[in-house]
Amino acid sequence: MSAFPQPLVARAAPLLRDNVDTDTIIPSREMRSTGRTGLADGLFAPWRYVGADTRRENPDFVLNDPAYRGAAIIAAGRNFGCGSSREHAVWALAEYGVKAIVAESFAPIFRNNCIRNFLLPVVLERTAVEAIAGREVTVDLAARSIACEGIAYAFAIEDEAQQMLLHGLDAIDLTLQHRADIDAWTAADRTARPWVYDLPARTQESVTP
Amino acid sequence: MPRTLFDRIWDAHRVASLPGGADLIAIDRVFLHERTGAAALARMAETGRTLRDPARVFAVMDHIVDTRPGRGDGTLMPGGEGFITETRAACRAAGITLFDVNDRDQGIVHVISPEQGIVLPGVTLVAPDSHTCTQGAFGALAWGIGSSEAEHAMVTGTLRMERPCAMRVTFAGALPPGVTAKDMILALIAAQGAGGGAGHVVEFAGEAVRGLDMEARMTLCNMATEFSAVTGLIAPDERTFAYLAGRPHAPADFADPYWRTLASDADAVFDSEIVIDASGLAPMVSWGTSPEHTIPVTARVPDGPQRAHDYIGLAPGTPLAGTPLDAAFIGSCTNSRIADLRRAAAILKGRRIAPAIRKALVVPGSMAVRRQAEAEGLDKVFEAAGFEWRMSGCSLCFYAGGEGFPAGSRVISSTNRNFEGRQGPGIRTHIASPETVAASALAGAIADPRDYPA
Repeated sequence: MSAFPQPLVARAAPLLRDNVDTDTIIPSREMRSTGRTGLADGLFAPWRYVGADTRRENPDFVLNDPAYRGAAIIAAGRNFGCGSSREHAVWALAEYGVKAIVAESFAPIFRNNCIRNFLLPVVLERTAVEAIAGREVTVDLAARSIACEGIAYAFAIEDEAQQMLLHGLDAIDLTLQHRADIDAWTAADRTARPWVYDLPARTQESVTP
Repeated sequence: MPRTLFDRIWDAHRVASLPGGADLIAIDRVFLHERTGAAALARMAETGRTLRDPARVFAVMDHIVDTRPGRGDGTLMPGGEGFITETRAACRAAGITLFDVNDRDQGIVHVISPEQGIVLPGVTLVAPDSHTCTQGAFGALAWGIGSSEAEHAMVTGTLRMERPCAMRVTFAGALPPGVTAKDMILALIAAQGAGGGAGHVVEFAGEAVRGLDMEARMTLCNMATEFSAVTGLIAPDERTFAYLAGRPHAPADFADPYWRTLASDADAVFDSEIVIDASGLAPMVSWGTSPEHTIPVTARVPDGPQRAHDYIGLAPGTPLAGTPLDAAFIGSCTNSRIADLRRAAAILKGRRIAPAIRKALVVPGSMAVRRQAEAEGLDKVFEAAGFEWRMSGCSLCFYAGGEGFPAGSRVISSTNRNFEGRQGPGIRTHIASPETVAASALAGAIADPRDYPA
């Protein structure tokens, strides 16, 4: 997985709705295999296509507008990515080519999933989201700033997330550098809270109906 | 310094403070299901990483399993069987305890985890499922994550997290008759918005919360994710300990004084406080396409986003009660436990659902719930009233491409999400308590359960 393309210059597709949920971003019926690929075609299926079983494009949906087809940035309302924890929503967006989402707020699980997949979640005030929607913007993650038509909008992101996206760092690799800390903590906790660790093996009796 | 319950659990699990400002938090339990867990296990196998402690990882088949009696691995969802067989193989290879399709303890992950005593007060528990917050009802810090984070937790025994803020939601006073935990959480989300809990761990407190049984506490915490909270939790009390003692994975008793320390100090300071008068609440029903689009069953549809009015087919000013229905659903991790089924059955007993209801399902949250309900004769009550009685699973809480409701249905549902298309393309969902679902199925239209005394 590549890291964030720094700086990112692209037009922000306007999807200024609140509470866009992960069921809409990738419906359960579009999750056809246990893998992480083959999802872009089902991205926003309920809005992007006419009818449930067709791939006939809905001309009114923003990503079917030639100006925004394949958009790398989406501008959205509040609580984007609410609902199911399915990481498939982020995998679908990433496979489609989305690199950043600028929204008034994000649902927490979705936001974490974005960072783990190097997709940048940017929070801006409603007026700023509206100002950049539909326009070409430059996203400078190193400077934590979005520039649009001569105006710079600063945004906040944790240092760790910023570094992970800029350098494509793997969270598990980073954490395994703390293996000694984890081992020491676990050894002490095993004594303090034995019930966390001493678990029964399930018997055959319990698994047969 | 006084601390909240959340502070206590967080501090007790902090392994290290990371340079970027996050904490490394120890994870005591991971629970997977076949819909998102297989992806985490597959990636782990690809990268040659191994589980740190397989004994503390569990998995269950619940999301896309068939719920018709006589089921096997086959499912009506196209390609669904692959999720089941791949998850089973991956669990075997990794040495994970699996509650398989026809295991006598199978059920919805958040129903069986407490039944098995896997969730305990004071533990951290994560699952790649947003409704993991349900298990906060036991005083655990339990929250939903993505598949990548599940992999991280299984490999390292930890997660990297920024410390969330703490919120307390106090339900003061006692609940009126006919009003339930489902109505409490819907009223909170309606008042504060679906983003109202963002950035916070929410502790539910107050007289009305203390008065809830464990099943109802799970219902309350279940929809913390619909409030956009990191999670919800309730301090454990004697009722909590009595529920868990002696369960297969729980201690035989909770006599150790440690367990009584799991509470917020009386003078603990929360980052945010909300107080709701429980005595003024009414049965709640959603009118639109977000859980925040919810009103008392006696109210009229307010002005909302035009898109929501168009999808649901209800104009502002329309009385919600009396809206004709086509289908009814009782189930899901929100409302599928034995107490839920008892209350719904009490309303349905000796009555028959309206002819307009073309599909009505009761899907118990676990096989243990199903057996208990059958021992009490509730299955016969549901069937006599016109409901189908199913095996346990997530079923039609969401549409996975297999079984569905009749095209164009308007459904009254004891589930947690009324999103566009959640229960199928074009299906219109109204979420409510099991009592309200039962009463509405009898009426063939959205109805006030207080008009249908048991």
